[in-house]
Amino acid sequence: MLNVSRETILNCLLALTLLVVPFIALSLDEPFYVTLATRVAIYALAGVGLNLALGLGGLISFGHAAFFGIGGYAVGILASHALNYEPHFSSPFELEGTTQMLILWLVAMIVSGLAALIIGLFSLRTSGVYFIMITLAFAQMIYYFAISWPAYGGEDGLSIYVRNGFPGVNTLIPINFFLITFGVLMSALFLVATLRNSRFGAALQAARQNEDRLSAVGIKPFNIRLATFVISAMITGLAGALFADLNRFVSPNMLSWHTSGEIMVFVILGGVGRLFGPVAGAALFILFEFIFGGLTEHWMFFLGLVLLAVVLFARGGLIGSLAGKVRYD
Amino acid sequence: MTDNNLAIAPVLELRNVFKSFGALKATDDVSLTLLPGEIHALIGPNGAGKSTLIRQISGEYSPDHGSIHFLEKDLKGSGVAARAQMGLGRTFQVSSLALEFSALRNVMLAVQATEGTSFRFFKPVMKDQDLIDAAMVFLQEVDMQSRANIPAAELSHGERRKLEMAIALALKPKAFLLDEPMAGMGPEGSKALTVFLDKLRHQAPILLVEHDMDAVFALADRISVLVYGRIVATGTVDEIRTNPAVREAYLGEEV
Ligand SMILES: Nc1ncnc2c1ncn2[C@@H]1O[C@H](COP(=O)(O)OP(=O)(O)OP(=O)(O)O)[C@@H](O)[C@H]1O
Ligand SMILES: [Mg+2]
Repeated sequence: MLNVSRETILNCLLALTLLVVPFIALSLDEPFYVTLATRVAIYALAGVGLNLALGLGGLISFGHAAFFGIGGYAVGILASHALNYEPHFSSPFELEGTTQMLILWLVAMIVSGLAALIIGLFSLRTSGVYFIMITLAFAQMIYYFAISWPAYGGEDGLSIYVRNGFPGVNTLIPINFFLITFGVLMSALFLVATLRNSRFGAALQAARQNEDRLSAVGIKPFNIRLATFVISAMITGLAGALFADLNRFVSPNMLSWHTSGEIMVFVILGGVGRLFGPVAGAALFILFEFIFGGLTEHWMFFLGLVLLAVVLFARGGLIGSLAGKVRYD
Repeated sequence: MTDNNLAIAPVLELRNVFKSFGALKATDDVSLTLLPGEIHALIGPNGAGKSTLIRQISGEYSPDHGSIHFLEKDLKGSGVAARAQMGLGRTFQVSSLALEFSALRNVMLAVQATEGTSFRFFKPVMKDQDLIDAAMVFLQEVDMQSRANIPAAELSHGERRKLEMAIALALKPKAFLLDEPMAGMGPEGSKALTVFLDKLRHQAPILLVEHDMDAVFALADRISVLVYGRIVATGTVDEIRTNPAVREAYLGEEV
């Protein structure tokens, strides 16, 4: 089977570039770029989560900051308890904090998934503009809750004093932490690709294309969408967990609607529904911020122009422009 | 057949169904039955409320009053998907397909739906030979196997109608609800479909909404005539052909 599509080649190139850049940076003694690449990987991961719901499922969630932030706070809160040797609660069983990334990730994903289950149960009964507004409203509620919750920093946010640990790896070395995030990103992409091609993925994409058709064959679109929304939130929540560890800091900013907008921008820039769309989009976003952010504080304005151009002239985003339209086999 | 109505339990039974859109009575006290093995044709002028009636059976609309029983179960409260799972296989008057998917994948979706396997997350469908083969059988039945890999969006109108039919077959329904399956098929297509439906009734009874009178008279065991939401007559082909009220209200304009 040497019938490799242009998109697959492009995806491999993207993955390879993202992997190689930090090593080149290191060899040139420019460690700053390692952090930049780590941010790309984490943003991309957040976008991969949203892309599952938005791209494959057609669910325009404007509230994915909620999951990004919840993932971040899960890490921040657990780590701060571990540092203070102060259990969260002691009955019925004692739950102490932890500084183990693997456990933190699991918690971040479970909590984000539960939040998505609740938000989805309400919001997925609506569609179109109402869905956009309800997801936004839920995210804003959580945002204001975080601001007004002094126990975990309130408006000021919460610091994580030491980066959390990963078995057998010194996570304080930037390139190690980059490799961890890169590995997580690739795993998430593999998961999404698998889902897309499965029976579940077929039902999900049919729900986007024509929900009446899906109901008429006897599959309830709501159930398929709810499961998707939860998985999508878990991936974005995991990105939030990694983001907390990258910055060693979480703040209500992670939960604000700007963040929801940014995650959506990654997806749209790269190509809605394209597997590597969020990777391309996040890379483009960071490049833009890096290049134009140094020249003018109004770089967001120029990003807006690019976004407009993509929406008007290149609906498939960067991936779509380079690899052509989606074709189902 | 009409004489035996009481002896055979109907597959589908509507009792005194009403549905209004504002002041418009789209369904006005409709009662009808679909018996095992029969083709019951529903005819009537444009806007008579035929599709509205189909939608109330399929669950897209809910009646204002009255009841709909399918296999002796009251359908009240069951959604579209639940009714499809119970065995109501409908085709749409205007083709309604997953347009980006190939013809084959549209049918595969129906197969996985009947198997109840839509929450399988890992095996790729395009490597699932059992699923592909199962779907291919239904495409063959409507003579569409050569178009299996064409996206639904690129199929001709007639091909989409056939694909709708293949999907309905794949659901292995206990009753078919066909909303104008001949529409836009051309004379050749209509003839072929007439032959096809004639055999299909042995698989499951058919409630057939159709404007093509040749097809209706060739196929129907019984015909109900709907005018302004009301059934003005129900009977055999001969009874309907000679019914003066029907001739005036409907056939007079068309034949
Ligand atoms: N959702 C709706 N809201 C308002 N009016 C509706 C709705 N659906 C149908 N109607 C009206 O109900 C009447 C019956 O429509 P319906 O589509 O059932 O007719 P039909 O017998 O199927 O006609 P045709 O032969 O043209 O398909 C029409 O006047 C139509 O405009
Ligand atoms: Mg109609």
